[in-house]
Amino acid sequence: MKILVFVKQVPNTDDVKLDPKTGNLQREGVQSVINPLDANAIEAALTLKEQHGGTVAAISMGPPQAEEVLKKALALGCDEAYLLSDRAFGGADTLATSYTLAKAAEKIGDYDLLLFGKNASDGDTAQTGPATAAWLGIPQITLASGLSVSDGWVYADCMLDDEIQHVRAKLPAAVTVCAELNTPRYPTPKNIMKALKKQRTVWNAEAIEADAELIGVKGSPSSTKTVFEPPKRDMTTVFLDGTPDEVAVQFADMLEKEHVL
Amino acid sequence: MNKSSGIWIYIELKEKQIATGSLELLAKAQELKAYNGEDITAVLLGSEVGDIAKLLPGYGADRVIVVDEPALASYSARPYQQALKALAEKHSPSIFLFSATPQGRDLAPRVMVSLKTGLTADAIDLGYDEDGVFYQTTPAYGGKIYAHIVILEKRPQMATVRPKIFTPLAYDANKTGEIIKEHVQLEKDDCFELVSVEERKKSGIAIDQAKLLVSGGRGIKKQEDFNMLRELAQLLGGQVAASRPPVDEGWLPHDQQIGQSGTTVKPNMIINVAVSGSVQYQVGMQGSECVVSINHNPDAPIFELSQYGVNADYRSVVPAIIAEIKKRIN
Repeated sequence: MKILVFVKQVPNTDDVKLDPKTGNLQREGVQSVINPLDANAIEAALTLKEQHGGTVAAISMGPPQAEEVLKKALALGCDEAYLLSDRAFGGADTLATSYTLAKAAEKIGDYDLLLFGKNASDGDTAQTGPATAAWLGIPQITLASGLSVSDGWVYADCMLDDEIQHVRAKLPAAVTVCAELNTPRYPTPKNIMKALKKQRTVWNAEAIEADAELIGVKGSPSSTKTVFEPPKRDMTTVFLDGTPDEVAVQFADMLEKEHVL
Repeated sequence: MNKSSGIWIYIELKEKQIATGSLELLAKAQELKAYNGEDITAVLLGSEVGDIAKLLPGYGADRVIVVDEPALASYSARPYQQALKALAEKHSPSIFLFSATPQGRDLAPRVMVSLKTGLTADAIDLGYDEDGVFYQTTPAYGGKIYAHIVILEKRPQMATVRPKIFTPLAYDANKTGEIIKEHVQLEKDDCFELVSVEERKKSGIAIDQAKLLVSGGRGIKKQEDFNMLRELAQLLGGQVAASRPPVDEGWLPHDQQIGQSGTTVKPNMIINVAVSGSVQYQVGMQGSECVVSINHNPDAPIFELSQYGVNADYRSVVPAIIAEIKKRIN
């Protein structure tokens, strides 16, 4: 089985701030990490490989420094890595990104299963997986919290708010995974050593035969007009004060005033 | 390009019922219509859904487009994508909105690819800016930052919109609208199958349905302390909930977690107990009508969005509050 797993380098969400002067995202001092749910996708890929044999290729689109997430993917046990890197890819929305990823999948060819984290922690669109599947014309399963493959079908449990759907899709197919699916492994020293010898390929737009009209800013119908901090509720807080018993009386008064009691 | 016109709302069905999120969008669409003067079209896919189509004008649709085909009996991304592509190419809407439910977020990206247009994810607001440009407000970085997204040239301008932000219109049986039946040549998808559905065991009322929530946060010292929160919730006819840390501890199930990675709630009242108020949490509860917070830290960010605050240790005040309520009930 040939599995492609798509990974994204994201800023550590905890570090993210807006520059008070420019109103833009502050990039300095912000650590880059692998998108957490993509680690679950890698884990799923490696588990399926252990069960069924085959290969796992990790693919990322980004600037040259995005190699770091691919090195990590290799150290975890992925067999090969592809970095899609070209200035022309920059500024891509989910339409252009998914087109680029789909072109890379076609270039690699003969894939059985495409795995994605359910969403990225930065843009949080959850669109790249389904959109890539759409470009390739293959079926998809989103929000998998259980996953297996047998007889040419991928089976998944999808945890929705009030139900769990058991679904299956015929391979080749794309699946997006939730954190509940598994616990990502850590790289072992042996795998880190092995990773140094594994193949890492860098492809630009030409290498994947991408249509220049469909990539990067040109291929992106949507754009970000402004970013800003969430508005704070402007209100004065009425504080209830005193001993616990005094607070309790005021609290019950408040509940009555608000028609809760 | 300029001839595209019309606000389209994708109507999601859940066991032959209209999903609330779709009705919320029909309500929000009235505001967009007031600005742009375009008709509101409800787009309904399914099999034997004629009776449902008739209801949609009563919820704010000027007209309804129905595709009623056996191949659409059960949701599957590819035939649904194919049907919506055909409809949108024929009628050229300017705006196409989906509720950001699991189904909406599964389907809309595929329709985006079919129509080669832009799709804003999980918008929490929609509107027109001072230049008359339609924009969508969407949270990023776990809700720490909001962005205004615009789709300047391509049509339709697509978005998935978070449920529970807007309120559906009350059903008005006197409102009528044209119902258009469209036929689209479709094949049943033999590459995807919903094998079975299992109900998820819930712990009492779902937190997004509860009128009152008592929510515990990181500051709750031990699992047993949730018993007093539960008791308080029960006395007030509500449900207990939590921010992320207690759920990570395994003290409450994930379906009781409020926040960006949990559930969005908008109860009449939320009582936050030892919740500091991370941005992710605030995003999940900012629709609450009345916010009450108990926290021993006077600088806890949660107080900034609270109408009522108690700056004290919950272990002393919550039992006193429970005792006082019992006294008044009896």
